[in-house]
Amino acid sequence: MAVIEADAGGTPAAGAATPPRPSLATEMTRGDRILKVVATVAAAIPGGLVAFLAAIMLVTALPAIIFNGTNFFTGTVFSLGHLYTTNTVTHNGEVAPSGASYGALSFIIGTFSTSVIALLLAIPVSVGGVLMLTEWFPRRIQGFLSIFLELLAGIPSVVFGLWGITIFAPYMAQHVYPALSHIGTVIPWFKGPIIQDGEGLLSAALVLGIMVIPIIASTTRELVRQVPVLAREGALALGMTRYEMVRTVVIPYIRRGIFAASLLGWGRALGETIAVLLISGNALNSLPHSIFSPISTIAATIASVLDGALTDFTGMGIHALAELGLLLLIISLITNFAGRLVVRRLASGALPVGRGV
Amino acid sequence: MESKSRTRQVRAVLFWALCAIALAIIIVPAVAIVVGIIAKAWPAFSPAIITHTTATDGLQNAIVGTLILSVGVLLTAGTIGVLGGLYIAEFASPRIGSVLRFFSEVLSGVPSIVVGYVGYLSLVVALGWGYSVLGGVLALGTLIIPYIVKSTEVAFSTVPRSLREGSVALGLPKLTMIRKVLLPPALPGIISGLVIAIAISTGETAPLLFTADFSDHNPSIALFHNPVGYLTGVTYFDLQQPGANYLALANAAAAVTVIMILVLIFGGRLITARSRRMIARMDV
Repeated sequence: MAVIEADAGGTPAAGAATPPRPSLATEMTRGDRILKVVATVAAAIPGGLVAFLAAIMLVTALPAIIFNGTNFFTGTVFSLGHLYTTNTVTHNGEVAPSGASYGALSFIIGTFSTSVIALLLAIPVSVGGVLMLTEWFPRRIQGFLSIFLELLAGIPSVVFGLWGITIFAPYMAQHVYPALSHIGTVIPWFKGPIIQDGEGLLSAALVLGIMVIPIIASTTRELVRQVPVLAREGALALGMTRYEMVRTVVIPYIRRGIFAASLLGWGRALGETIAVLLISGNALNSLPHSIFSPISTIAATIASVLDGALTDFTGMGIHALAELGLLLLIISLITNFAGRLVVRRLASGALPVGRGV
Repeated sequence: MESKSRTRQVRAVLFWALCAIALAIIIVPAVAIVVGIIAKAWPAFSPAIITHTTATDGLQNAIVGTLILSVGVLLTAGTIGVLGGLYIAEFASPRIGSVLRFFSEVLSGVPSIVVGYVGYLSLVVALGWGYSVLGGVLALGTLIIPYIVKSTEVAFSTVPRSLREGSVALGLPKLTMIRKVLLPPALPGIISGLVIAIAISTGETAPLLFTADFSDHNPSIALFHNPVGYLTGVTYFDLQQPGANYLALANAAAAVTVIMILVLIFGGRLITARSRRMIARMDV
């Protein structure tokens, strides 16, 4: 057995993500080289897929971008047109069924309003909940309570949708929204009418908020654990209350990471499809009047309209949905890029991949 | 402690009260959803669920379809993800590694409906596969690859450095080092990553709607022109149908999905916990 002196500088646990490599470089055999080539290709695939997704979306959307012009961003009527006649309209040299109009403003508003309300719920709940968890419970119970976070992260979006529309939204419409609508006399956004089963903007946003919690909460939990113990103890030694210690030591330390995780959570809320489609009331051509109005989002519209678009003999319906998809892709790539760049300097692994499992 | 004034204490109590409410808002929905869905589905659970297909109020074809899709995802995304993670952990320079990791993470942020739509445009239409098992597998796999890349990378990089130094000192080629020295301790981490990735893929709906479509019949082995049923699809489609029996089946499918996912996730976590203890013992 070869006995090797442990390298004092390279503690494996601390430098886990990037073990110091150069010193361990060896000559490569033929098998090594084959493995390296295969692994290189595999490692390049995710980036390649991102490029592929963007390229296909852009190429497919191009005719619709030309046809729609600015109407895409300003129009509120999204209609595939008269699919059962052969009449067509031509605009900017592109052909679509007569009566077709692809204004996406109501979806853009629906997407942003639901996702922003979702974040308004998810950020304080995640941060507050995790602080409660980490500051007041012993390690063992923390592990147990973390199960609920994993539970939330693991529940499929279609199940969130089912729960939202059969249990949550009807309950809220009966017991909570009526009280909330009294604020409508002061702030018009809170004015009803409330749909009987509770479908609409607020229900969709609240369920989205619950779906986003695991992403922000799991990041917060990782970051809180990295807060230096000396700084914490110093604060307490100065006679601060636990709350003041959290405010002056913990929060400043984790702020940046929470901001980044919120961007990721926002990206996820923007792109969520099935749950929103089931809970939002799926209103195609109406701008929301209040937080109880039925709405639709970009992602939900793609899923609900595609079946109809397939019957469009000019193919413009497909292109128009691709333009929606392209817009969604661009927005979510921006939020993701921004979130990942913000935490570049933090320890790698602080931000979860995907849903925060 | 006398010096702590009244306002400071009130403020602290208020803050922690809000935090406690926040923690409740995390825990209550998690429990409410799982318990609520399973309770609603309970009356619909009967042997018929396994023995009948969705054409006759069962879930057989959907369960089989979900399993087939999972195996497909494991073969495609699993292979790519594990090799990609291996490259980032063992071959790439820190700089290249961080770029590759970045793109993998960005891919995980792409909305699933976009992946489904591109799958429809490129596989179903452009390549002429029609609604197919393979189309569904590739769309699902695209979403899952980032999870596997990450868990594999973490699994390899948590192997103690002393083991690498030992194998380099013995003059082992890299391939042998990876296979004989690094893989055994990394394997539990890789497997638990795969298990959790499969759990996530089991819960996806959006990427499958326009690639795998749906079918009320048991899937055949054909890869192309062969729509396939899956559990989340039952919930999604039946929820939009009028009628109590559709709603009951939607609930049952959701409950089966949730149970499968929970078993997979906690199974994966168990493997991770055990491997962590094992690796801790290994370090010199």
